[in-house]
Amino acid sequence: MTTMTIAKAINEGLRATLGSNHRSLLMGEDIGALGGVYRVTDGLLAEFGADRVVDTPLAESGIIGTAIGLALRGYLPVCEIQFDGFVFPGFNQITTQLAKMHSRSNGNLTVPVVIRIPYGGGIGSIEHHSESPEALFAHTAGLRIITPSNPHDAYWMIQQAVDCQDPVIVFEPKRRYWLKGEVDTESPGMSEDPFKAHVLREGTDATVVVYGPLVPVALAAANAAAEDGHSVEVIDLRSISPIDFDTVTASVNKTGRLIVAHEAPTFGGIGGEIAARISERAFHSLEAPVIRVGGFHMPYPVAKVEEDYLPDIDRILEALERALSY
Amino acid sequence: MGATHLPATEFDGTGMDDQREAEAEARLGGPAEPMVQLLAPDGTLGTDPVFSEYAQRLDPDKLRGFYADMAKIRRFDVEATALQRQGQLALWVPLTGQEAAQIGSGRASQPQDYIFPTYREHGVALTRNVDLAELLRQFRGISNGGWNPKDTNFHLYTLVLAAQTPHAVGYAMGIQRDQKLAAAAAQADGTAGRPSEPKAAVVVYFGDGASSEGDVHESMVFASSYNAPVVFFCQNNHWAISVPSSVQTRIPLSNRAKGYGFPGIRVDGNDVIAVHAVTEWALERAREGRGPVLIEAFTYRVGAHTTADDPTKYRESAEEGLWRAKDPLDRLEKYLRAAGLADDAFFDQVKADGDELAAYVRKTTHDLETPDIRTAFANTYVEAHPLVAEELAWFEEYSAGFADEAEPADAETGAAH
Ligand SMILES: Cc1ncc(C[n+]2csc(CCOP(=O)(O)OP(=O)(O)O)c2C)c(N)n1
Repeated sequence: MTTMTIAKAINEGLRATLGSNHRSLLMGEDIGALGGVYRVTDGLLAEFGADRVVDTPLAESGIIGTAIGLALRGYLPVCEIQFDGFVFPGFNQITTQLAKMHSRSNGNLTVPVVIRIPYGGGIGSIEHHSESPEALFAHTAGLRIITPSNPHDAYWMIQQAVDCQDPVIVFEPKRRYWLKGEVDTESPGMSEDPFKAHVLREGTDATVVVYGPLVPVALAAANAAAEDGHSVEVIDLRSISPIDFDTVTASVNKTGRLIVAHEAPTFGGIGGEIAARISERAFHSLEAPVIRVGGFHMPYPVAKVEEDYLPDIDRILEALERALSY
Repeated sequence: MGATHLPATEFDGTGMDDQREAEAEARLGGPAEPMVQLLAPDGTLGTDPVFSEYAQRLDPDKLRGFYADMAKIRRFDVEATALQRQGQLALWVPLTGQEAAQIGSGRASQPQDYIFPTYREHGVALTRNVDLAELLRQFRGISNGGWNPKDTNFHLYTLVLAAQTPHAVGYAMGIQRDQKLAAAAAQADGTAGRPSEPKAAVVVYFGDGASSEGDVHESMVFASSYNAPVVFFCQNNHWAISVPSSVQTRIPLSNRAKGYGFPGIRVDGNDVIAVHAVTEWALERAREGRGPVLIEAFTYRVGAHTTADDPTKYRESAEEGLWRAKDPLDRLEKYLRAAGLADDAFFDQVKADGDELAAYVRKTTHDLETPDIRTAFANTYVEAHPLVAEELAWFEEYSAGFADEAEPADAETGAAH
């Protein structure tokens, strides 16, 4: 067990991958000498050389598109997109090409490309640096989407993403890059399956489902609720596509109430999908409608007001109160 | 800075009207700047300081083969168009007029090279030994691919314009890496210097319309930055559906390569010998590690863009007539006959082979089996996926419900017989 930040854990995970699989390589803008704008790839250029840690031209479609070509040739590219809001020039390649290559080739071709995207707000940044576009990708069949919320997951999930034969997008909660925690580099333990949700805290009155940056917020809300005598179960989804509905269903069958929280706008978001599925799967257990907590239907607002936009402890508690009032 | 300081182009010093005129002329008649041509429309073989050498490598068998390929694929095109008209295909994308560009370039590639087509490269597919009936699967609506690219190194057709161009560059970068890894491995086990795998390169096809897409630009930047062994092969067939090439570019497309720092070359796309020579040159160069080349094959899409298109709405039939006079098959036939390399018997045989191919394609297309939607469930992901499994299970149960209902009905029909 060692203690490290999420950023360092991803760095170590990438180092392990590059060291153990000579066909893996990193590609992205400024990931070499600079180590990425968040320093996630720090030191990897010096260790593995410019053929393995590739500073690419400034072109997202080019990065994803050439990664697809490299994967077709048997390589395992891990692309870094500098910020969430800049993935869109590569959206076409991800959704029309990467996601579909396997199916359109009738299973003959695989393109195990990994795309790392720092996402989410709360860092006081300017336009296009704080977005949560995960639902836009989750809607596309053929992609897998995971998001670690702690260093141990971060260390293992990036390696599992590279090992996966399907294309995987790893949304990295950028405001948690500096969150510290213990990492067992010897064994993933219960993190062995990156597509399985984790029950982080057990409870009996309501379930709160979160992922990525909101995990600590939900845990804090559950603690606050406990002081008021409410027992709240907190689930870290970890995988946004596929979603581990079994774990969520089991929890809701126990608690009877569900709150889903994410930073992305509620409308058309992952929360709606979970609400709908759980209504089908656990209708008779539900004692209240599924309540969603999320961003508003607006472009991510300017940094000075993002506090009002981002779901916080109070917003989750308010949702909890509503759920409990039924 | 005034316009006079702009870099020279062939349009230098011309006013807007003159420029339009030059463009119109380029479309109707010859191109605006010299291009490589070896075989003239009248069937005479010219010379070129660089490329004649490549033409001299072609023995009579190869030249006859070029003709046979072009005739076959044209016959196939006619057959596929007919199949579409008869409702056997949802759509067809005809290639008539572009046979030389495709056969010439396709025959210049080696088996180890990898080819990324757009969606009109049926001639290239022929040169890569793709079963042409399989090629129709996509147009029949029973597959989004239809063949295994690994069998022939001929990738699937791509319908999102230019999306395949970065794939080609990435693949070429992979070839580069393979060579480095092989060299390092040879060094490590002391076998450095032993003959390695044949060197490979990539050819990627796209159109004059697609050349405006950002992906082509990004691909060329990547290809240049990494000196990737890739040949960009643009078939300038003058029309992107109804939009003339003058809307896509104000300079010859081949000139764009200069801006990326690699050679661009315009070749008479209706001259199979020149196309072959230029592509062979570019591929040899790429395999040797000397980087990318852009080839602009100056050609013409004689028919409609697809079977859903009506070219009479946007272009003059006179234009088509001018290009028919430069027909790639006619000019090679003239040459082969004049040089005594082929006689009536040969051309009769080619025709018979074409009819045989057409009959095969017609029969096989009718017989192509519609897949079960379960194959789509199976191929969405490589690894097991709970959502897919859940939806498939639902589908099975749902379908089974109909089977129960269908059974007595079947029995009734059976009884009636
Ligand atoms: C990204 C994208 N935009 C639009 C289309 C629709 N479309 C199909 S073919 C075509 C024209 C293509 O022209 P060109 O690249 O010159 O190739 P050609 O068909 O003439 O061979 C268009 C606009 C498409 N397939 N992809």
